[in-house]
Amino acid sequence: MTTGADASSPRAALRRVDWASRLRGVGILLPFTILFVVLSLTSSSFFTKANMLNILDQQSATLIIAAAGTLVLIAGGIDLSVGAIYGFAGVTSAHFALNSSAGTAILLGVGAGLLIGLANGVVTTVFRINALIGTLAMSFIVGGCSALITKGNLLVLFDKEGFGKLARTEFATVTTSIWLMVGAVVVIGLLLSTTTVGRYMYAAGGNAEAARLAGVRVDAVRMLTFAISGTAAGLAGVIDTSRVLSAQASPNDTALAFTVLAGIVVGGTSIMGGEGAVWRTVVGVLFIALVGNGYLLLQFDPLYEQITMGALLLAAVGLDALSRRRG
Amino acid sequence: MNGVSPPVYLALSGLSKHFGGVRALEDVSLSVPKGDVHALVGENGAGKSTLGRIVAGALAPDGGEIRLDGREVAFRSPREALVHGVAAIAQEPSIVPHLTVAQNVFLGAEPRNGGFIRRRRLDRAYADLAESAGFELPGGMSAGRLRTSEQQKIEILRALSRNAQLIVMDEPTAALGAQETAHLHDVVRRLAAAGKTIVLISHFLGEVLELADAVTVLRDGRVVKTAPTADETEASLVVAMLGRPLTSTFPPKQAPGANARVVLSVRGLSAPGVESASFDLQAGEILGLAGLVGAGRTELARAIFGATRVASGEVVLGSGTALGRSPSRSLRAGLALIPESRKDDGLLYLRSSLENATLSRLGALSTAGVVRRRRERRAGHDVLERCGVRGASFSAPVSALSGGNQQKVLLARVLLCEPNVVIADEPTRGVDVGAKRAIYDFLTGLAEEGLGVLLISSELEEVIGLSHRVLVMRRGRLVRELAGEAITEDAILAAAFADAQEATV
Repeated sequence: MTTGADASSPRAALRRVDWASRLRGVGILLPFTILFVVLSLTSSSFFTKANMLNILDQQSATLIIAAAGTLVLIAGGIDLSVGAIYGFAGVTSAHFALNSSAGTAILLGVGAGLLIGLANGVVTTVFRINALIGTLAMSFIVGGCSALITKGNLLVLFDKEGFGKLARTEFATVTTSIWLMVGAVVVIGLLLSTTTVGRYMYAAGGNAEAARLAGVRVDAVRMLTFAISGTAAGLAGVIDTSRVLSAQASPNDTALAFTVLAGIVVGGTSIMGGEGAVWRTVVGVLFIALVGNGYLLLQFDPLYEQITMGALLLAAVGLDALSRRRG
Repeated sequence: MNGVSPPVYLALSGLSKHFGGVRALEDVSLSVPKGDVHALVGENGAGKSTLGRIVAGALAPDGGEIRLDGREVAFRSPREALVHGVAAIAQEPSIVPHLTVAQNVFLGAEPRNGGFIRRRRLDRAYADLAESAGFELPGGMSAGRLRTSEQQKIEILRALSRNAQLIVMDEPTAALGAQETAHLHDVVRRLAAAGKTIVLISHFLGEVLELADAVTVLRDGRVVKTAPTADETEASLVVAMLGRPLTSTFPPKQAPGANARVVLSVRGLSAPGVESASFDLQAGEILGLAGLVGAGRTELARAIFGATRVASGEVVLGSGTALGRSPSRSLRAGLALIPESRKDDGLLYLRSSLENATLSRLGALSTAGVVRRRRERRAGHDVLERCGVRGASFSAPVSALSGGNQQKVLLARVLLCEPNVVIADEPTRGVDVGAKRAIYDFLTGLAEEGLGVLLISSELEEVIGLSHRVLVMRRGRLVRELAGEAITEDAILAAAFADAQEATV
């Protein structure tokens, strides 16, 4: 036992793990940086304050939802209902903004997100329904409720400036939609990386039974991630409604769940749970946004944008699978 | 081998393999005659599994040559190896649970007609195969319902169906109970008698001495020696594996005080697989729980710990706290569990040794819900070092450690919880001789400090060597209590196998 006998193979294994995780670690930063530099060089309008802020403003909802979705994925779940919640919170807040105070509207919109998130948690933990199916079903239900509220109409809030202040106020030349996004993402990121419950999320997703036997209340932890995800989607829906001062029930909202998922996975958070980070998700979402922005600025045929997206997603998941096999 | 020795079937010369810059195998040469059982032994990390995987085509060597029946071969995959008559049987059988036994055996090589599987021909081929191998394994049964040892038979049949001449078995009995092990041993003997050549990788030296014709000892990736098993003893093999003699296998027993208080009291506990179990565990006592695999030992442990729902009965700690509701509650009250399978129920392989060690104690290492990293690192490093975890750095993924060191990380986790009672379920499964002794010392140390230890083990000598008292379980019931001199292998086995008429405890 004294010599390398017991260290040789562990260290070899370690090196393999290191290689794979390091590749995944820089995996997203490298293409992001390259794309950023290429766009800066090829388009004069790319690296301008207006364009940067515009991207962040447009992505603020996606970033908030994706940051929270990262927690769900890490804890071993998946939330496909965030798009529908986003839409529902939007129309709920718009509905109440029409007749009540802006504060009430905001609170009810975000609160609706929290409630649906909790319902997702109950469905997946108490009733043990597979998260993929459970949240997909929830997505249909919630999407239908949105249509019920709006009765198919566009809710217009152009005269509700109070409600618009939430996202449209400028603070230090940056709109509050961006500030809110930064705040939410930082809070979620710190929750994951510095708190005990954040650590438990990694444990719950890495090996649920081992975590449970080690004293982690896996169901409670997962419930919390769904609640956070729902709340984040609610907040994002309210912010976007405030940003554009209108809301309607749209089937496109449901698809947001997939954009979010793509951002998380491209960032390098594992779809299998137990691994990942919020900063990765931020880079992943922005990377996808840059691709779209680049298509726009360089006037590429936007028809190819989706194909590019799909290829990127496959590459990200492929790298994840590869690193797991090696590891 | 009397008279003319049979021709060499497998010959390895100068094999080497490196992972990164680290040597796993160096200049390994050995030859195995046709029809022999050749064992590979060594500590975890000595390179025996690497060698097995190279022979079976799962890994490519960096250098050296492999000859099969005199011809040089270089397999690029296990599939290619199989085509050349080399099959591997893993510790965890790879079967498709929803398919039948026969379908699993012929998976990927089904008799077909165009794209359609000829079901009846498959069934007939299976019946012939099973008969020739002497296995009584119903071909129509779904494979997932079989026990592990029977699933391993599927793999063996699969190997035979491809006409394998060389079978590499990596720890085939590690997950098996005594009865199933005996069964598998019969199978191995029969295969060898039928002229199959077998490479057997095993931690169990008794098994090696009993089954193998010759044994190769590996240490640090090199061959220490190859010898006929007739010339070896367990002690001589251990010396070769460790490079030094192992002083007594078990630490001396320290009897608990005469009036030691009861630290765990179980009364009429019933749960899935357990029927009204009652016993007391004293401070300073190691209480062994023996029985066949499937007798309900793990189920009892999990019920006490609160990992499974308890139907009736009660579990009370010395402090008076009632348990059996949830693991987190048990841990807080001072009852810790070292689970049966460190891979499935113990460790988070993606996380570091440090995080794995502190997981159960994280609340105490946090302030207002935020983990105090410095405090965590100090407490974690301290306890990991005390448990003798060696190898990679503590911040590297725990999966990078050897089996023995992984198990020590679990010990560290338990120690950090400062429990009063520890349940250790198969604590030495799949660890090497050196680490075993360290785990024995750990458990004995806990008892000396006044903790109560409930020890579950399928290795009888372990139960006998460590326990002050032994409970024997059979079919979910505690059927016998043995203490002191009465703890013998015969007494335990008699109780474990006996029929139901005996008096219960």
